[in-house]
Amino acid sequence: MSTQDEWIAGWKRLWTIRGQLNRRTYLMFALAGLLVPMAGWWALAASGWMDAVFMPGPMSVLERAYTWYADEGLMNDISVSVYRVIAGFALSAVFAIPIGLMIGTYRPVQAMLEPLTDFIRYMPAVAFIPLVMLWVGIEESSKIAIIFIGTFFQMVLMVAEDVRRVPITQIEAAQTMGANRGEIVSLVIVPSAKPALLDTLRVTMGWAWTYLVVAELVAANSGLGYSILRAQRFMQTDKIFAGIILIGLIGLVIDQAFRGLHRRSFPWLYKK
Amino acid sequence: MDARISIEAARKVFRDGAHGIVALESVDLAIGSSEFVTFVGASGCGKSTLLRCISGLESLSGGVIRVDGTPIRGPGMDRAMVFQHYSLYPWLTVEENIKFTRMLSAGREQMTSADVEVASGRADALIDLMGLGHVRNAYPNQLSGGMQQRVAIARALLPRPQILLMDEPFGALDAQTREVMHDLILHVSKLEKTTIVFVTHDVEEAIYLGQRVVVMAPRPGRIDSIYDVDLPAQRNQDMKLESGFLQQKKAIMDRIRETAGMRTDHELLERMTRQAQQSNDMQ
Repeated sequence: MSTQDEWIAGWKRLWTIRGQLNRRTYLMFALAGLLVPMAGWWALAASGWMDAVFMPGPMSVLERAYTWYADEGLMNDISVSVYRVIAGFALSAVFAIPIGLMIGTYRPVQAMLEPLTDFIRYMPAVAFIPLVMLWVGIEESSKIAIIFIGTFFQMVLMVAEDVRRVPITQIEAAQTMGANRGEIVSLVIVPSAKPALLDTLRVTMGWAWTYLVVAELVAANSGLGYSILRAQRFMQTDKIFAGIILIGLIGLVIDQAFRGLHRRSFPWLYKK
Repeated sequence: MDARISIEAARKVFRDGAHGIVALESVDLAIGSSEFVTFVGASGCGKSTLLRCISGLESLSGGVIRVDGTPIRGPGMDRAMVFQHYSLYPWLTVEENIKFTRMLSAGREQMTSADVEVASGRADALIDLMGLGHVRNAYPNQLSGGMQQRVAIARALLPRPQILLMDEPFGALDAQTREVMHDLILHVSKLEKTTIVFVTHDVEEAIYLGQRVVVMAPRPGRIDSIYDVDLPAQRNQDMKLESGFLQQKKAIMDRIRETAGMRTDHELLERMTRQAQQSNDMQ
């Protein structure tokens, strides 16, 4: 067989349905997936086909990120935004987890709360802004309230679903061993649902970041979302780019932290 | 016979909209102390439902089930249950799974400190008995299906239940593992003197394990017939090939087919074959 045939065979093997990739090939593809769009962006900006005002190149975005850091209080914007996201997210988790646990465990609670929650979650969180401003004012709490509204109702339903996914046999086994209701919840349902719950938190954390920009529409004067909106007013597309990319990076770091926590907290899922 | 479990006029109806499905109808049976009874029958005959009623996970629509003369009300520690699968707690190690009942208040109530010491010896003894010593710190998903069921059995036996209820516990295992588990559970039965009620769809398994085989019939679920197994107390795999064993197996299998209305209709199959050939010929 010639080397060309071998190369073709290898190429075909890559496209096996649900096939395996070795680590090096995987990394190569992952790197390509990141570098190709970057190169495309760079080429597009360098070609001059689009006005630099609308399409700044990677280098000018990077420079802009530095001046933002040096002169325009980037770190302050980041910490304010992170605080808002964490606060809104934590507030909604504190309420959503017990309520979801009750919905997923007890039918009357499900009947009473689930249709209501289902209904409210289809109301756009953005539409609550005027109400929130009237009720909560324009202080820090209003931004947190909007992130809360955006994430809480979804989180309740997802937690309830996680709890319902606990295999009934695990619960019945505890019943036949003489466990009472409280013990079944604390010793079976909660530990069994925990990995799924952490995944739910990870996913909803992503949504909390989405609502950040919405929240910072409301009379904010700092924060990443606010800076992006203000940059638009001054035609600072490079700053818009920098802001969006930064939010993406922070999200990525938090997501990875959640995944790391998952691996550390639930070693039994990762041992084979 | 002193009845450990006595089932009297048991009836179970599952509501399905306006209709009721009769899962069990006038079931009467007495199961002796230390007896090993197996239940077989076509699907829908109510054998699993009956087991779940004995465990207390389901309640009867009529009649009563007594354990040592007392009507049961809900699940209790005197009746342990082994499920077909997914009943172990994947976040606990093998040893922690086996000791799960220790975490429950029901298990601690009547215990003195001397009892606790005896009980830890018991966990070790069960780990040895089930051959789990080398995996006691492993997690369930690191074990094969057969090993997982050993853990489930050890966990069920820990609080010394008088009754062990087994719902197709070896149904998901391969044939070789299953044979090993059969001899293991017979050993447990003799050693622990536990009354065992065992539901299966495998007739050979039912005869090999049981002192009595109860055949149930569907629509409505009821006891059809009971076969006394004529095998010595000490059983071994070779007995499965002896003529007496095979005859009983055939008798029970015929009976199940009959009650299920599942006799193969050879005439119909032949007619269909002929029709198919004819239509082929015409083309």
